[in-house]
Amino acid sequence: MDLTFSPEEEAFRSECRAWLDAKVPQPALPSGDTREGFAAHLEWERTLFDAHYAVVSWPERYGGRDASLWEWLIFEEEYYRAGAPQRVTQNGIFLLAPTIFEFGTPEQQDRILAKMAAGEQTWCQGWSEPNAGSDLAGIQSKAVRDDAAGGWRITGQKTWTTRGAFCTHLFGLFRTDPDAERHRGLTYLLVDLSTPGITVRPVERLDGDEGFAEVFFDDAFVPDENVLGEANHGWEVAMATTGSERGLTLRSPGRFMATANRLIELAREHAGTTDTALRARLVQAWTDADAYRWQTFWTVTRMAEGKRSGAESSLVKLWWSELDVRLHELALELLGPHAELIDGDDAAWMKGYEFALSGPIYAGTNEIQRNVVAERVLGLPRK
Amino acid sequence: MRFAFTDEQLEFRDAVRDLLAKECTPTHLRDAWTNDTGRIPGLWRQLAEMGVVGMLAPEANGGLGMDEIDLVLLLEETGRVALPEPIVDTAAAAVPELIGDARLDAVVRGEITACVFDPQIVGLATWADTASVFIFAGNGETLRGTPTELRRGTSVDGSRRVFDVVADIPAGARTDNPIPDRGALGTAAQLCGLADRMIEMTVDYVKERKQFGVPIGSFQAVKHHLANARLALEFARPLVYRAAYSVARHDPDRSAHVSMAKANASDAAHLASRVALQCHGAIGYTTEYDLHLYMKRAWALARAWGDAGWHRQRIERALLGGTTNA
Repeated sequence: MDLTFSPEEEAFRSECRAWLDAKVPQPALPSGDTREGFAAHLEWERTLFDAHYAVVSWPERYGGRDASLWEWLIFEEEYYRAGAPQRVTQNGIFLLAPTIFEFGTPEQQDRILAKMAAGEQTWCQGWSEPNAGSDLAGIQSKAVRDDAAGGWRITGQKTWTTRGAFCTHLFGLFRTDPDAERHRGLTYLLVDLSTPGITVRPVERLDGDEGFAEVFFDDAFVPDENVLGEANHGWEVAMATTGSERGLTLRSPGRFMATANRLIELAREHAGTTDTALRARLVQAWTDADAYRWQTFWTVTRMAEGKRSGAESSLVKLWWSELDVRLHELALELLGPHAELIDGDDAAWMKGYEFALSGPIYAGTNEIQRNVVAERVLGLPRK
Repeated sequence: MRFAFTDEQLEFRDAVRDLLAKECTPTHLRDAWTNDTGRIPGLWRQLAEMGVVGMLAPEANGGLGMDEIDLVLLLEETGRVALPEPIVDTAAAAVPELIGDARLDAVVRGEITACVFDPQIVGLATWADTASVFIFAGNGETLRGTPTELRRGTSVDGSRRVFDVVADIPAGARTDNPIPDRGALGTAAQLCGLADRMIEMTVDYVKERKQFGVPIGSFQAVKHHLANARLALEFARPLVYRAAYSVARHDPDRSAHVSMAKANASDAAHLASRVALQCHGAIGYTTEYDLHLYMKRAWALARAWGDAGWHRQRIERALLGGTTNA
């Protein structure tokens, strides 16, 4: 056991810190879940990309720097410590990209990854449908074979598509074999949202931003080169992505540690008004953020030694999503009556709270995650 | 960075697990509940022979010269079986304090045991009537001679023999007294083992027990209880291992790290005990069934060496500093 970072890793940390301290936009950018803010965030993504910080763990030829998992974690810690902008490219770089690395053809990798890293192509996730939320295998949007054109024609609707109104592309599951049961007969398609036959309607989220969208498909054409993995085997491909979403790749501990540290700063500012019970809960929340950090280091050690994590990613998702809500609830408690203000110095906490509340819902609700933990980690019977 | 144990450490853990699976069964525990000592005859010497008792002692004293990182996994195993022996007091807390003391070799050989006492830090002293070495946790000083009086209490956990130790507290003040940290660390490790055991017993039970024609483990309400218990353990254990590392490496923040470990381990074991009983239902509410042997140990250890609240106050001083009494 060695819980220190190497001199090279510490040097990398210093380099990241210096660069971020110099470059992080001040004042903070407007929300990336608005049209105006999204554009500002894409400029920031370009700045990251040009300095090879957009996707540090990727190969150099796609804009990365071949960083190890440890270096990636260090970068994330520094990124959130510096208060750097949200990553509007995250559904591409953290969810789709690992799937493309695993299932994509070399041609797809070369065509898509560098543009994704640079923010030239932005990706949203087309999973949920009006009748397929937690029950993802209930997907009804269909893709019909068009042999003459060499591809598929898609019809149906996706919904709750985060940043769908601003992104250029969508990845999602479509039913290609109407006779197959449930999770069979689905295909993973990569869809250019400028294709004729596609309509995108923004939907205002809880926080007032147009961060959601409904996406309607009416006989829109997707060429064969945009099938990821094999036709009718999209479920296996998609499960690789939801593993990423629940687990390590989307939610590095840096974000929660940074929030926990800001919460402690806020508690110091409000020292005169905290009682013993509240302070105990603050300590507990901060401890739980640190526990997340060490559980991640434990997991990353296993991954670095070639072991894959499986259903444990559901434990991780439960922990960070419920921790994030608690951290923000404690901040609102410290702010007291001023917590409701969505302008002024402390407005970020209410905004953050609204965002945190989505955590226990998206990427598989926490009720589903608890089922997964019970069935696949503990081995309880499905029925 | 490598946050994992070595193959050798895991093999040692497995050997201790195998021994305890054979020699510290529920039958042994039930005997300890009713015998004179509250201990398992012969087992302490076997643990000493394996090197568990003297793990932190220098090789010159017959010990293994190893550290808390090596020991923490073994203590987790002693928790898993609710070992009724003074292993935390002796192996984790006392042994490193006895270097230079003539009695260390006998402790390492398993001939005598130690009792660490201090109501402010330890809570109740355990297995004091069979102990030969008494250490006051408050200042880490060893008692010369024997206590004036041992006032026996009766623990809810019948194999835990508990006492108030009445003694002339030895003088001495050290700026750095590691006993409270090592005792709390060892207890936190035991609590993780206990939580794991109770979850495992409950998973086995709800897979077998049928109601409404199906295993009760297929019901979401039962699944979610057990998922919550597993979740709390998942995020307590790494804190315990990290605290072991910090203590072994004399990290300046080790006391806060130990407190984080003990607070979360106490909570995880408490939750596991509640979930285990609820999911077992009435059978778990009997003493004929084995669950209570582990549940009652968890109740006691969650509060020994500082409960979650006490440790959170200690973290608070490190984290919030001057706001504590604002």
